[in-house]
Amino acid sequence: MNLAKYLRAASIIAVGAAVAIGFSGAPGQAAPKKGGILNFVVPDEPPSWDGHRETTFALIHPFAPFYSLLIKVNPENPSSPTDFVCDLCTEMPTPTDGGRTYTFKIKQGVKFHDGTPLTAQDVVASYKKIIFPPEGTTSARVAYFVMVDSVSAPDDHTVVFKLKYPSGAFIPALATPYNFIYSKAKLDQDIRWYEKNVMGSGPFKFAGREAGASVRGERNNDYHVPGQPYLDGFEAIFSNKQAVRVQAIRGDRAAIEFRGFPPKSRDDLVEALGGDITVQESDWNCVLLFTPNHKKKPFDDVRVRRALTLAVDRWDGSKSLSRIAIVKAVGGVVFPGHPLAATKAELEQIPGFWPDINKSRAEAKRLLQEAGVSDLTFVLSNRAVDQPYTIVGTWLIDQWRQIGVTVEQKMEPTGPFYARLRSQDFDVTMDFNCQSVVNPLLDIGKFLSTDIGNESYGGYTDRDLDKIFEAMNRAPEEAEQRKLMRQFEKRVLDEQAHSFVTLWWNRIIPHRSYVKGWKISPSHYLNQDLANVWLDK
Amino acid sequence: MTIATDLGTKVELTDERKAPSRLSAIGRFARRNPLGAAGGAVIIVMVLVAMFADFIAPYNPVANAFDRMHEPPSLENWLGTDQYGRDVFSRIVYGARTALLVGFASSFVGATFGLVLGVASAYFSGKIDLILQRIIDIFMAFPLIIMALAVIAIFGTGAQNVIIAITIPFIPRCARVVRSSALAIRELPYIDAARANGFSHTRIILRHMIPNVMAPFLIMITAFVGQAILLEASLSYLGLGVQEPTPAWGLMLQGGAEEYAESAPWIAIFPGIAISLAVFGFSLFGDALRDEFDPRLRSL
Repeated sequence: MNLAKYLRAASIIAVGAAVAIGFSGAPGQAAPKKGGILNFVVPDEPPSWDGHRETTFALIHPFAPFYSLLIKVNPENPSSPTDFVCDLCTEMPTPTDGGRTYTFKIKQGVKFHDGTPLTAQDVVASYKKIIFPPEGTTSARVAYFVMVDSVSAPDDHTVVFKLKYPSGAFIPALATPYNFIYSKAKLDQDIRWYEKNVMGSGPFKFAGREAGASVRGERNNDYHVPGQPYLDGFEAIFSNKQAVRVQAIRGDRAAIEFRGFPPKSRDDLVEALGGDITVQESDWNCVLLFTPNHKKKPFDDVRVRRALTLAVDRWDGSKSLSRIAIVKAVGGVVFPGHPLAATKAELEQIPGFWPDINKSRAEAKRLLQEAGVSDLTFVLSNRAVDQPYTIVGTWLIDQWRQIGVTVEQKMEPTGPFYARLRSQDFDVTMDFNCQSVVNPLLDIGKFLSTDIGNESYGGYTDRDLDKIFEAMNRAPEEAEQRKLMRQFEKRVLDEQAHSFVTLWWNRIIPHRSYVKGWKISPSHYLNQDLANVWLDK
Repeated sequence: MTIATDLGTKVELTDERKAPSRLSAIGRFARRNPLGAAGGAVIIVMVLVAMFADFIAPYNPVANAFDRMHEPPSLENWLGTDQYGRDVFSRIVYGARTALLVGFASSFVGATFGLVLGVASAYFSGKIDLILQRIIDIFMAFPLIIMALAVIAIFGTGAQNVIIAITIPFIPRCARVVRSSALAIRELPYIDAARANGFSHTRIILRHMIPNVMAPFLIMITAFVGQAILLEASLSYLGLGVQEPTPAWGLMLQGGAEEYAESAPWIAIFPGIAISLAVFGFSLFGDALRDEFDPRLRSL
């Protein structure tokens, strides 16, 4: 797809998403007021504080307000996958060299929170860490930047990205909210310094953290956007129990949770608080997967892996689970509704999406018997987060029970859960693909071979799959991209049965009506720097 | 019963001289400790329910039935259904197995280790006693739940690790109580006689001391079972115990029970009652056993 076509397709999604979003209020209409502390609840704590390394909301929600980005989604229009604005740059660049060179001018006078100036050298050092991570560090977004050849700073106010080939996926990748701009001096001192420390140039300064309890930020009076932020500060309060978070909002101990609540919690809050609560809803570019460990027997056998997906009734699960969990849409590897996503008819050809679940489960049992493991038993590793991990995990175990497979669930907090994923110390794990800007060409990087996709935990190498991904990203036309996407999807979910999609998420944010300026997007990672949020109290 | 005397006469023994039957002993225990007997009855019912869960439970406790989500108590589902449509009664019945498994395993193992440590500490006395008691002091400085949380943090979640987590804090508690009884026994003449006869330490401890501290040991076990059930429920409630979909009472209070506390209160109420009854039963029975074994209390 060329850029113009990509923009057109994306606009269609944006309009669709806007229609789908049910706003019960009209956030951000009045003139912003200054002052106040925003208290919000966060369901989990991050494994580390390094945005380049992590992939979880638990990092973004409390820590994004401390950092600036090169570019970001338009906070006034965050549902759009194509509306980007400068954060540290002065204007969005027009690509040159046939779409292979992007030159960004960096704002002058920007300061880090320690008072040192932020220059193009800091931007380059940060992006080099993201795109070409040095040995001993981890970057979760290497696959996003496969098209990048080099990044350099000819002077202190200019950053140049040179691409190997033109790609409409480059700008959305740049706007990923995890791409915090770090201080080059700190990185030179210790490339892993940001895993345990905070020092950015964002709208809020780090004011303290109490382990297991909260992270606090205070207004950065030297912020590079005049007049912002509006808040005096914020407090991110950690609580992994959903009931506690709901009660925190109900009792006005917190004003909002940015991740999302299930329908029941929304209904309870609306019933209890009436006009004091505002609900924003959206489709969600987030899906739970389950991934067998290809390096462990019997999951090295494609028949066993395929049996696991054949047992799962996604069509019925969508109807049932959407009543109690933040999941809803049935889809393949691409965000449902996107032009590159599979249609229902196409999905129904893929094992695990067949319309006849009895036929599907009979085939699953046959495959297990053929593989000699008809009494299969294994441990499902899962993340100890109520929504939707526990619920979907428990549902999957019941689905597998129906083909005679016995599964024990092992729930772990985020830190140990990630450690287990990264060390591939599991039989089958719950996994997720949550992305920020809707950008399927790169979002599916999750499914690439383990040595390429840094978030790929199945322990497999599939060069044919990697080639399809590469070809798709170089394909100029949408029709060709779509055709390649179907091949990619079939290989991941069917032929090689590498990893499996469960249900796509549905985002529901009920918040105190006095919270203004924040708008929902199809990602719980986007639009979280809080620079334009204010309290109408 | 008739016995012959050396004078050639036969003497008929009266009923009063017969050894009391177990049934009558239980009857006497029940008359002296009606509350303890009630506790014992709860325990018996619980054990029977756990043993025959397959026959008692009307539904598979882990089978989802989304067409029956949040059903209130009815003839079909006596105690209603949870957010997955699972039958609450069936889960409580099977949950008794988890409670008893964790309760008995952790209290028996914990108390047994405590018994050996306590008796050894009292018998050897001197530096060994001093060191062991200071270590026990350190462990006992932590509340039960904190200690269990620390162990779970090291070993991880799951039924097996929960048993370990509950067992470890029980060891010093039992050791301390047993030691105090063993200290008195150590000074008795028959222990001196055993030493004078050259019996080994192991023989003296196993054959002569441990049998004489069985009363506090049994009381501790009974008391520990109730505590262990409560601790297992607490850990499961915190998401650190056994995991879904295993039927466990504490786990049933977590997640959906909190979220649906207002609209479907039966999800939380019935497992709560089960936990309370079980802990109450073991506490009453433990108290009654203590009274029964303690001659000072028995005479009052």
